[in-house]
Amino acid sequence: MAAYEIEIILNRQLADCLSIPVFITDTKGNLIFYNEPAEEVLGQRFEETGEMPVEIWATDFKPMDEHGNLMPAEELPLVQTLGDAFPHHKSFHIESKTGKLQQISVTAYPIISRTGKMLGAVAIFWKSAKNES
Amino acid sequence: MKVKLWGVRGSIPVTGPETSYYGGNTSCVDVWEDGCQLVLDGGSGIQRFSMNTTLDSKRIDILLTHLHLDHIQGLGFFKPLFDPDMDVHIWGPASSLRTLHSRLSRYLSPPLFPVLIRDLPCKLTLHEIENSQFSIGPFTIQSRYIIHPGPTVGFRVSSKNSTFTFIPDHEPALGKDGMINDPKWISGIELAMNADLLLHDAQFSNEEYQQRKGWGHSSMSDAALFASMANVKHLLLSHHDPSRTDIQLNNQMTEFSKANNYSFKNELAKEGVEYSLE
Repeated sequence: MAAYEIEIILNRQLADCLSIPVFITDTKGNLIFYNEPAEEVLGQRFEETGEMPVEIWATDFKPMDEHGNLMPAEELPLVQTLGDAFPHHKSFHIESKTGKLQQISVTAYPIISRTGKMLGAVAIFWKSAKNES
Repeated sequence: MKVKLWGVRGSIPVTGPETSYYGGNTSCVDVWEDGCQLVLDGGSGIQRFSMNTTLDSKRIDILLTHLHLDHIQGLGFFKPLFDPDMDVHIWGPASSLRTLHSRLSRYLSPPLFPVLIRDLPCKLTLHEIENSQFSIGPFTIQSRYIIHPGPTVGFRVSSKNSTFTFIPDHEPALGKDGMINDPKWISGIELAMNADLLLHDAQFSNEEYQQRKGWGHSSMSDAALFASMANVKHLLLSHHDPSRTDIQLNNQMTEFSKANNYSFKNELAKEGVEYSLE
């Protein structure tokens, strides 16, 4: 059994304290933790799903532009961060559980260890204020 | 493998009759087997180690968990550093910004200390470690970054037949609800897994810990929970708060024992005690 690096553990402990949705992935994009607010976005509970391979959890989202066209994965902030180890931010739409388009903003940042090793990434989701009106 | 405790006090050395039973020296433990000697941490206890030990070898290795003062303040009083015939190796955690030499020099240089590292007469070699594995004589040593302010590692020291884990400063419970009930998500757990002897930070009472989250230390309860999840055979509760008298430590241990019933042996670390691990 290999434990996660402390930088990953501390990110999870921080996410656990926040009221905004936070997703943590390893370097391959596998979802290794999401907090309670993120459970609402995914429609699933972490206690029930546990960690999820990228090909499973990525299909739960349908990222779209404002015209309803599906966005290529490489334009998503998390995918970009995993690719180049830089922070990225973007606003786009996702299809909600009821089938309604919902605008969100996503900020992703890399988890780079003290020794400079890329360990994974964190994505923070914000619902756009427009959704509230 | 033999393990001897030379310093188990946290933060600052203390002296006086009220702390003489458990001891007042800061972090230092000596480990030896087959004529090979390791010193874990260079707190004030290393001075007594150096005064009371005859080294069989011309080589000595000092493994530093981190560079807080209570873990290095004895280095300047470690006799082998001033012996031109000695080969001294210091192993310490790498930082992303400064070398180990640069960080140690902050202490081992005027005005804090009169002698510069470069002027030490011994043959000195510094080793930067991170999540590393290396061998010294009969020992295989695993180091891993753990939760404590600044670059800090714990050590797992294994020989032919036994394993000693040394994590004197550690806060694995840092978070909203304490330790996550999954070993994969617990800082340092690999170092301690199935160890014969674990020395772990237990500076605070449960009440104190609630007021001191983020200070980098553990409560007795969290140390014991950590040991339980790692399935260790014997736990030494260490890094005693400098304000704690022997009587207070005994009372705290009594309360802890009443409230907990772990199957593994657990006791307060006491300066001068030696353990033989088979």
